[in-house]
Amino acid sequence: MEQVIANGLYLGAQYALIALGLTLIFGLMNVLNFAHGQMYVLGGFITYAIYGQLGLPFPVAVVASGISLAVIGGLMERYLFRTVIRRSHREESTMLLAAATAFFFDAVILLIFGEKQRGVPKIVKGVFNDFGVIMPYDRIVVAVLAALMILGFILFMKYSRTGRAMRALAQDRVAAQLMGIKVDRYTMIGFALGAMLAGVVGGLLVSITGVNSGIGGPISVKAFLMIMIGGAGVVGGAIAGGFILGMMESVGLTVLREYGDVTYLVIFAALMIFLAIRPNGLMGKPWG
Amino acid sequence: MITRRNTLKSAALGTVSAIALFMGSTLAAQAANEKLKIGFVGVTSGPAAAWGTSNVRSMQTLAAWYNETGGVKIGDKTYDIEIVTFDDQKDPKRAVEGMEKMAQEGIHYVVGPNVDDGAAAVRPVAEKNNIIYFPYAFPKELYTPPASNAILGMIANYQSGPAIYKYLKENKGVKTVAFIAANESDPLSQRDGGVAAAKALGLEVVADKDTYQNDTRDFTPVLTPIVGLNPDLLVLSGVAPANAPLLIRSARELGYEGLISTETAQDAKVIEEGAGELANGFISVGGASTPEIASDRMKEFVDRYTKMFGEYNDESNTKVYALDYILETMKANPAAIDNIDEFKKTIDTFSAPNPYVKGDSKLSYVGTTSFGQKRQISVPMVVNEYKDGAFQTLFVGSVD
Repeated sequence: MEQVIANGLYLGAQYALIALGLTLIFGLMNVLNFAHGQMYVLGGFITYAIYGQLGLPFPVAVVASGISLAVIGGLMERYLFRTVIRRSHREESTMLLAAATAFFFDAVILLIFGEKQRGVPKIVKGVFNDFGVIMPYDRIVVAVLAALMILGFILFMKYSRTGRAMRALAQDRVAAQLMGIKVDRYTMIGFALGAMLAGVVGGLLVSITGVNSGIGGPISVKAFLMIMIGGAGVVGGAIAGGFILGMMESVGLTVLREYGDVTYLVIFAALMIFLAIRPNGLMGKPWG
Repeated sequence: MITRRNTLKSAALGTVSAIALFMGSTLAAQAANEKLKIGFVGVTSGPAAAWGTSNVRSMQTLAAWYNETGGVKIGDKTYDIEIVTFDDQKDPKRAVEGMEKMAQEGIHYVVGPNVDDGAAAVRPVAEKNNIIYFPYAFPKELYTPPASNAILGMIANYQSGPAIYKYLKENKGVKTVAFIAANESDPLSQRDGGVAAAKALGLEVVADKDTYQNDTRDFTPVLTPIVGLNPDLLVLSGVAPANAPLLIRSARELGYEGLISTETAQDAKVIEEGAGELANGFISVGGASTPEIASDRMKEFVDRYTKMFGEYNDESNTKVYALDYILETMKANPAAIDNIDEFKKTIDTFSAPNPYVKGDSKLSYVGTTSFGQKRQISVPMVVNEYKDGAFQTLFVGSVD
């Protein structure tokens, strides 16, 4: 059972980090970024190219992934989403745009990086094996980094000027504008930050799970699941959703294994019932 | 000033130019070979893209090779080969669209689809439009009478599995086996076939229900209970190349020390990057590129593929064959070029040297034992063991 809990916590940490960027963008702009998984994949491939192919240090590669995705995210907001939001009166226009960018990224990534699964050398060798728990050290490092990044993100959102501005935007866009907050500027920063988180987590996890050009869609779906559980647009909700999903997977795959692949069936059934009772997820409205 | 002389001069020049252009285009048309279109319908995008991409790239490499060296002589005509491709995205509906596209283009020979449901879905379209197709899918009903248009393009798991388990039982002392498969039709049917084969050999199956979502990225939770059972052999049924290194790595990191095998083709580079030395000893079914058996032509194929696409894929070791089978059968009976009934007649007696393997191996159609008729291409059943970034041949078998 110790192993099952450890697996769940590790999965939860990585899931929470994936969901943070998605929920940030949703909270700020009311946009479901279908390309979030593709951003994760792109971040993974950038780290693969810099660390795995060029042989530069892993932290350099992860930082490069984060910066690259932040720039891409900023440009996407400035030249795509901002334009569509201004010109279109239909909310689904941004969803269509997000879906289109997801397909576009899929095609570009496949073209540039090919169809093969890619991986990089382990960042830390060895396996922790004690107290009934087996956990490779590189997973422990990634889990700790994920936890630190989540903590850093919460502190940034709570205490920094930029974070406070973004929270104000998420709470009430018009009121924030009347209070003198530069809406366009902070929306772009928020989108870039969300994309950066996707890139960084993609870069971090390429050392554990590798990356391939086709996994963007499934990653996005899982991230949507998490923010539905926790409450879309809520940072705490994304974290809670990530850990809940991670633990449900870990426990389900152990306890229900005798019944075949019913774990996700149970998770989806539970989610439907849960959403019928709490349609806004665990934590309700954006930014609580 | 326009004079009569100038007018006549211009008219003469224009006529000469027109004749020269006409002659030029006619001569060019005469110099170029006729095109012979061969289709491909398979998956070249999404998580399973590696399967179809290695397939279509093998065909494109061979086509470019043939065209560069003057084309392929069938009967008294020489043809350039054109590969018409369609990405079915591993979706049966798209596969049907792809096969319809091939029919509209007048194509009679198609390689693919890559998976069971796609191959089953295209059957009515292929039969209605006189198309012979070469799926990489294992359902027996595709190849068993009354079906007659599908020809299995590789060795099925129910053919390679028993041979691998028998070898491991006799040579490595395997007594207990655990199976794990993705929750999709191909891997599940391969798992069921593997379980039956293992039981028939007297092996104890300790796990036969464990499954995972095909898009799983972290396999530790899935493998934790199986590793606890400590089987002698862990079979990754129908595992996709993207998932194999992740499964191997998770199993080894959880402390599993037994053997790991699969009946699907894998790529050594992918395994090396994803699992490194943890994958040493991993057993899979390959093709003809291990140094022990590869002919010079196979080596040149690998070189040409690498130059054309930047990187070779070991999965192409099994996928190099289909196009050659189509062309060699047409050479044996040129009437088959647009008449699949002639092709079917030729299948029973066809034989040609296998250019990709050292020695006197033959290209021929097999499958009588499994399907009651010859509806499978004969490729060497090369069982490989991964070691330090490359495959080594463990043993070579064959299929009737």
